[in-house]
Amino acid sequence: MKALILVGGFGTRLRPLTLTMPKPLVEFANKPMILHQIEALAAVGVTDVVLAVNYRPEIMERVLKEYETELGVKIHFSLESEPLGTAGPLKLAEGILAKDDSPFFVLNSDITCDFPFKQLAEFHKSHGDEGTIVVTKVEEPSKYGVIVHKPNHPSRIDRFVEKPVEFVGNRINAGLYMLNVSVLDRIEKNRPTSIEQETFPAVVKDGLLHSFDLDGFWMDIGQPKDYLTGTCLYLSSLTKKNSKLLCSPSESFVHGGNVMVDKSAKIGKNCRIGPNVIIGKDVVVGDGVRLQRCTLLPGSKVKDHAWIKSAIVGWNSSVGKWARLENVTVLGDDVTIGDEIYVNGGSILPHKSIKVNVDVPAIIM
Amino acid sequence: MLQVPVREKSNGAGKATKAVILVRIQSHFSLASSSRGPHRPPELTPFRILQVGGPSRGTRFRPLSLDAPKPLFDVAGHPIVWHCLTAIAKVPSIQEVCMIGYYDETVFKDFIKEAASEFPNLPIKYLREYQALGTAGGLYHFRDAILKGRPERIFVLNSDVCCSFPLNDMAKLFDDRDAEAVILGTRVSEDAATNFGCIVSDQHSRRVLHYVEKPESHISNLINCGVYLFSVDAIFPSIKSAIKRRADRPRLVSYPSSDNLESSFIADNDDDERKNEIIRLEQDILSDLADSKQFFVHETKDFWRQIKTAGSAVPANALYLQKALQTGSKELAQPSANILPPVFIHPSAHVDPTAKLGPNVSIGPRATIGAGARVKESIVLEDAEIKHDACVLYSIVGWNSRVGAWARVEGTPTPVTSHTTSIVKNGVKVQSITILGKEVGVGDEVRVQNCVCLPYKELKRDVANEVIM
Repeated sequence: MKALILVGGFGTRLRPLTLTMPKPLVEFANKPMILHQIEALAAVGVTDVVLAVNYRPEIMERVLKEYETELGVKIHFSLESEPLGTAGPLKLAEGILAKDDSPFFVLNSDITCDFPFKQLAEFHKSHGDEGTIVVTKVEEPSKYGVIVHKPNHPSRIDRFVEKPVEFVGNRINAGLYMLNVSVLDRIEKNRPTSIEQETFPAVVKDGLLHSFDLDGFWMDIGQPKDYLTGTCLYLSSLTKKNSKLLCSPSESFVHGGNVMVDKSAKIGKNCRIGPNVIIGKDVVVGDGVRLQRCTLLPGSKVKDHAWIKSAIVGWNSSVGKWARLENVTVLGDDVTIGDEIYVNGGSILPHKSIKVNVDVPAIIM
Repeated sequence: MLQVPVREKSNGAGKATKAVILVRIQSHFSLASSSRGPHRPPELTPFRILQVGGPSRGTRFRPLSLDAPKPLFDVAGHPIVWHCLTAIAKVPSIQEVCMIGYYDETVFKDFIKEAASEFPNLPIKYLREYQALGTAGGLYHFRDAILKGRPERIFVLNSDVCCSFPLNDMAKLFDDRDAEAVILGTRVSEDAATNFGCIVSDQHSRRVLHYVEKPESHISNLINCGVYLFSVDAIFPSIKSAIKRRADRPRLVSYPSSDNLESSFIADNDDDERKNEIIRLEQDILSDLADSKQFFVHETKDFWRQIKTAGSAVPANALYLQKALQTGSKELAQPSANILPPVFIHPSAHVDPTAKLGPNVSIGPRATIGAGARVKESIVLEDAEIKHDACVLYSIVGWNSRVGAWARVEGTPTPVTSHTTSIVKNGVKVQSITILGKEVGVGDEVRVQNCVCLPYKELKRDVANEVIM
């Protein structure tokens, strides 16, 4: 089987993290974001994965090469010389996606969920039409594009309504699809094309597009606030599954569960950690530290008595004693927060040293 | 023109002197609910001398003055007025100290008892005003008590001043120049100067040529520190003639401006003041002295701060602690990895060895500081508790208050040269020092920043830039 992941550009929404690390390699729950998807694809027998990118950092290729052999997957980079929208990259990768007649998966790279690729493939096969869109239910459909089914049909899509004013349904496009090769014929070469606004409506017109309900959580984690929310959802789902990836709640420092700690990390005495905390590789946490709803990326250090809530601490960054970070604070690579410093919603660019409080949300260049 | 009274030349050190501390509290507004009974706040005037009184009830020192009289508020481990006494005790010729104020006698009873054992050679007496007489009016009212024992001169100290009180230097200048009055002056920044009494002096002779209280325009950046030495032959006649003048014509009140609004308000609105002929040293006496007397200024290069608002207790605490450090005081805690000097810890306080304190921290009696807590540039009062891993910066933690685990109670540092305790944040004036009144509770992990919290409140959510009623 084949799959295409829409990776796109510089990941500006996830800055300052993506200033020093390509977005697909930014760790989410101690694993590069894109690896969550590639692993899930490999698990259902996908052998060719196309990464549709419009820039191609060397480090990304190097890192992903290592996983090719480990997972038994061939990873292709498909580089757009100019932006081609969300459908154009499929056409560009036609050589791989259409190498046989079997349908292929397409996914946005910023999504976290319990990837239902096996069920999706079975469902797609069962209806026999051209395409299947994974949909998720949301509370406030008016912010999204909503899917409306044909009358008296559970899955065949009738139309899309962009940001509906009145309630027409609560299922939205989750950014995961399974498509037949024939869909590629609907896309023009070398023209920026939107899959949501051009390609799918054409398939819908022919009555050949179905929806597939996603079970469980779903989140677009393309920006820091949602990244943190996505982390909570992901950890909660691991807890539900009694995953071994989580710390045992009997561990003395765990407070409220949903805590994942890399085995190389060091945790000091009298800490209170949780809920919803991820501690990465080689992280050092001092004594009396309080952590909740945060991710400490690899190589970072949190000194004694610091207090962190709703924050992402970047690689190799250091948080001083009695410092306090909160309200979606994001530290880039190698940032130093001084002792006793308070940061409220700060986005701190890489290699900065912060010596005075950031009292109101601000970008520190 | 100038009449220099003929006085015996005597060795200055031996000249009989008294000190008066004016222990009034600030302001003439009546307290809606006074915890001290029907009387006005006491004002203490000095006799050789200490003025313990500010102008009235210490409203500007709220919320701390809601529970204790300002002169008895502890900074650097001792009541504010105790620091005045220490300085007076170093003047060899002091016969007696009079504290003049508006507070009930009982307020100072214990303090005077303790002071008597600490300063055995310094008789201290409290003279209570029953009506606001003004700084000079108070002196004059109690002239018989002050003049008892025939002192030749009196020191007058306002108790709401934090400084090194170089009284012996003032006495030396007094003798050298055969002065009738010596005022302590200090230099402040040009823009701060108009908030104080401004002194124009002859650079060479140090004679005071002109004195204006809170001028509207810039006159001088040498300002009045609120510490004086007067010859009794000069000061009492001066006050007497001021009272006479007052009877002849009402005092001119300066035209209100945003800068002097408070003082003009006081003068304009306090009927009692008019009736009772309030005479204040600053407004009514000093400029006349400058015109006609042997009036000199001793300019101190040492620290000086007013203790007006509650927040100003934090810089005052820092300055007195630093002075204690420089003079090698045994009272201070031994420096260590977790004690950044200067730090004062009351012997009955309990501080966990893993807590980090200092610099400029005072921990009051029976206060508890938990494991891994951090306290910096702050005053923690009696029976307060700071729980583990909490952080207290640039703040005052009131009597019996509790700060929860991982809580953060924080003010904002102000420049050392600043004479105000408010700062502008996002266009709004807020208190730079965070103050928790008596028995305030701050929940675990809660952040309190640039707030003033009145007594008996529980803070369960983060708060910033507010006064919490």
